Amino acid sequence: MNLRPQDAARRPPGTGTDPRVALGERPARGGPAPGTPALELRDVHKNFGKTQIIRGATLAVQPGERVAIIGPNGAGKSTLFNLISGRFGSTSGDILLNGRKIDGLAPYEINRLGLARSFQVSNLFTRLSVFENIRCAVLWQLGYRYSFWRFLADLRDANDRTEEVLEMIKLHKRRDVLAMNLTYAEQRALEIGITIAGGSTVILLDEPTAGMSRSETTRFVNLIREVTAGKTLLTVEHDMGVVFGLADKIAVLVYGQVIAFDVPDAVRANPRVQEAYLGSVLADAQVASVGP
Amino acid sequence: MNHPRSAFGAPPGDRRAPPASRGTASGPAKPDPRRPLGSAPVRGSRTYYHFKPYNVGRWIVWGLFALVLLLAPKLWTSSFAHTMLSQMGIAIIVCLSYNVLLGQGGMLSFGHAVYSGLGSFLAIHTLNLVSAGKLGLPVSLVPLAGGLGGLLFAGALGYVSTKKAGTTFAMITLGIGELVWSMSLMLPEFFGGEGGITGNRVAGTPMFGITFGPQVQLYYLIAAYCFVSTAALFALTRTPLGRMLNAVRDNPERVEFIGYSTQQVRFLAFIVAGFFAGIGGGLAALNFEIVTAEVVGAGRSGAYLLFVFLGGATFFFGPIIGAVLMVIALVLLSELTQAWLLYLGLVFLFMVMYAPGGISSLIMMNLRLAAFGKLRALWASYLALAGTAFVILVGAGAMIEMIYHLQLNAALGPEMKFMGATLNSQRFDTWFGAAFVLVTGIALFELTRREFVRQWGTIQEEVEKEIKRRELL
Repeated sequence: MNLRPQDAARRPPGTGTDPRVALGERPARGGPAPGTPALELRDVHKNFGKTQIIRGATLAVQPGERVAIIGPNGAGKSTLFNLISGRFGSTSGDILLNGRKIDGLAPYEINRLGLARSFQVSNLFTRLSVFENIRCAVLWQLGYRYSFWRFLADLRDANDRTEEVLEMIKLHKRRDVLAMNLTYAEQRALEIGITIAGGSTVILLDEPTAGMSRSETTRFVNLIREVTAGKTLLTVEHDMGVVFGLADKIAVLVYGQVIAFDVPDAVRANPRVQEAYLGSVLADAQVASVGP
Repeated sequence: MNHPRSAFGAPPGDRRAPPASRGTASGPAKPDPRRPLGSAPVRGSRTYYHFKPYNVGRWIVWGLFALVLLLAPKLWTSSFAHTMLSQMGIAIIVCLSYNVLLGQGGMLSFGHAVYSGLGSFLAIHTLNLVSAGKLGLPVSLVPLAGGLGGLLFAGALGYVSTKKAGTTFAMITLGIGELVWSMSLMLPEFFGGEGGITGNRVAGTPMFGITFGPQVQLYYLIAAYCFVSTAALFALTRTPLGRMLNAVRDNPERVEFIGYSTQQVRFLAFIVAGFFAGIGGGLAALNFEIVTAEVVGAGRSGAYLLFVFLGGATFFFGPIIGAVLMVIALVLLSELTQAWLLYLGLVFLFMVMYAPGGISSLIMMNLRLAAFGKLRALWASYLALAGTAFVILVGAGAMIEMIYHLQLNAALGPEMKFMGATLNSQRFDTWFGAAFVLVTGIALFELTRREFVRQWGTIQEEVEKEIKRRELL
């Protein structure tokens, strides 16, 4: 399991364990104790100047759980993602990934510990091809770091893994197209591809289906389900169809606090949620969820 | 379609993956989409990124490059030509190193001459140590001392500048450039003050009878360094660091979320650029045998930026074109006319406005058309464009030269030579004639340009359709 990439590259194809297996199942170093949440927020606060955006968010997501974070506009959903992924530093409180404190770390350090995120607005390497976009995203986790003494073309494990991801996100036929020349839906798929390519175990998706048509959304939800199977998933989503399609549990964020975190039915029945966050939206969603 | 960056080929040693288990042309068998990430792979799904069996093109390109370097001094045999060729070789190394920052890393540096210049100074001091018998280093390795100097200074100063990207980075490099320039006047022991530091490249014990006394011997040393540096810098674009550098250029924010520190990537690239700039500087020290403070100046840094841009920062080979042009402009054009800087500025201006990808992108665009067999249709237009542009040049050139003549050479009388004709710079009809030629040229050029733009658009559409058609096959 702790094959070094160069060993893997040297092995002839068809022998031994595939190095890619190591990617998906990379355990946190030292290994968290059983029962440790994959991601935990403890009384997290975030102020921008005097404005309090997140005021004591607490949440514990168990490994393999699939959580949708919903809430009215301005509730702080995106800010919460930015805090978890290290884009912003929190004002106070603790954020733990597999039992390890990650607040205060740089985004790349958090990513190396096994957390990856996507963005609401596609955030791609616009002048690189689809293939290169994905390959960039697998390099670090395969241990290639900043090496300048190895040719990319020789990194068989990285290239194989890239091919695999391209097929998962159904972009293998567009592999040589520059990211900037993709259609919107393709760019969204590539966005997800970059996020999952590194094999992180905790995946944060920020409105993955924003701006997509109904039929595209349905296909996309299936795609996300496939590529994030077995992982801990957090999504921010407005579209209730997507929420019910993707999530086992729903966290409701209102004014910077998680007021409910439970299975959909329980959340729907929760009087605090109904009070704070329009019951009608959930009712609509119920109708929508019957659709796909 | 080849990705543009592959146009220059890879250096020897870039091994290809075997084409053996490639899928069918329409793509390999699809794996079960429900297979979870990281589970055992489906054998049939293996395809290799490099499925081209053997890249003949790149061996040809690199072979030609080596051949040109070898044969150039046989074609142009005068010692003046050898000096120019030597300078071109040096400029190629420095411009390519600059493009690691500008084209590949998106870092607009206004102070690249700091690293080539400090490399020059370290090399000339090393050379003088060799001359004095205090250091047993062959002269052929002195440029490496320059490279090491460039690397060390890039490491020290780059640590500061690469902390930031974008405008801040540009400002810091500008500041460091000024800092080093002012230091050069404050530390005459190292920089040699006004007179600079001189050296003698015929030093130490010659190996195989090569003293580097004759220019052509030095040229071949430069050519060897040039070839190796070019190959090394091209190889860099094919490595994880080189690719992440492109990623940092395109989207630094996202890079941070896939495990890489953008600052670290920029810093490493900066060091690489500094090293090769230093090698170029070291070769320049051997070539001129004198190093003055101007080699670290803003003017030199600006020239690197300008000519890399002219050559084209988008493609790996762009800076090579830029470097050749730089030497031609700085050496030949400045001999030809006093107004050369003005012409250069105008060329730069038009390039930025109409062909921001530089000459290399113009070449690649036309190669693309040629690949689709569409270039033939444009020949007439290109000829017309060149002809009318020449008319503009004659008109504008005559007026510019007359102004310069009146301003600078009035003592020589009103008569002056321009393109073989004698012009009287004080007579109204000369000015009227020049203005008439200029206006006619502009009008004709604009007419042909419009026709060309229309034609170009049609051809691009045809090419796009053709690409779509091939994709569907």
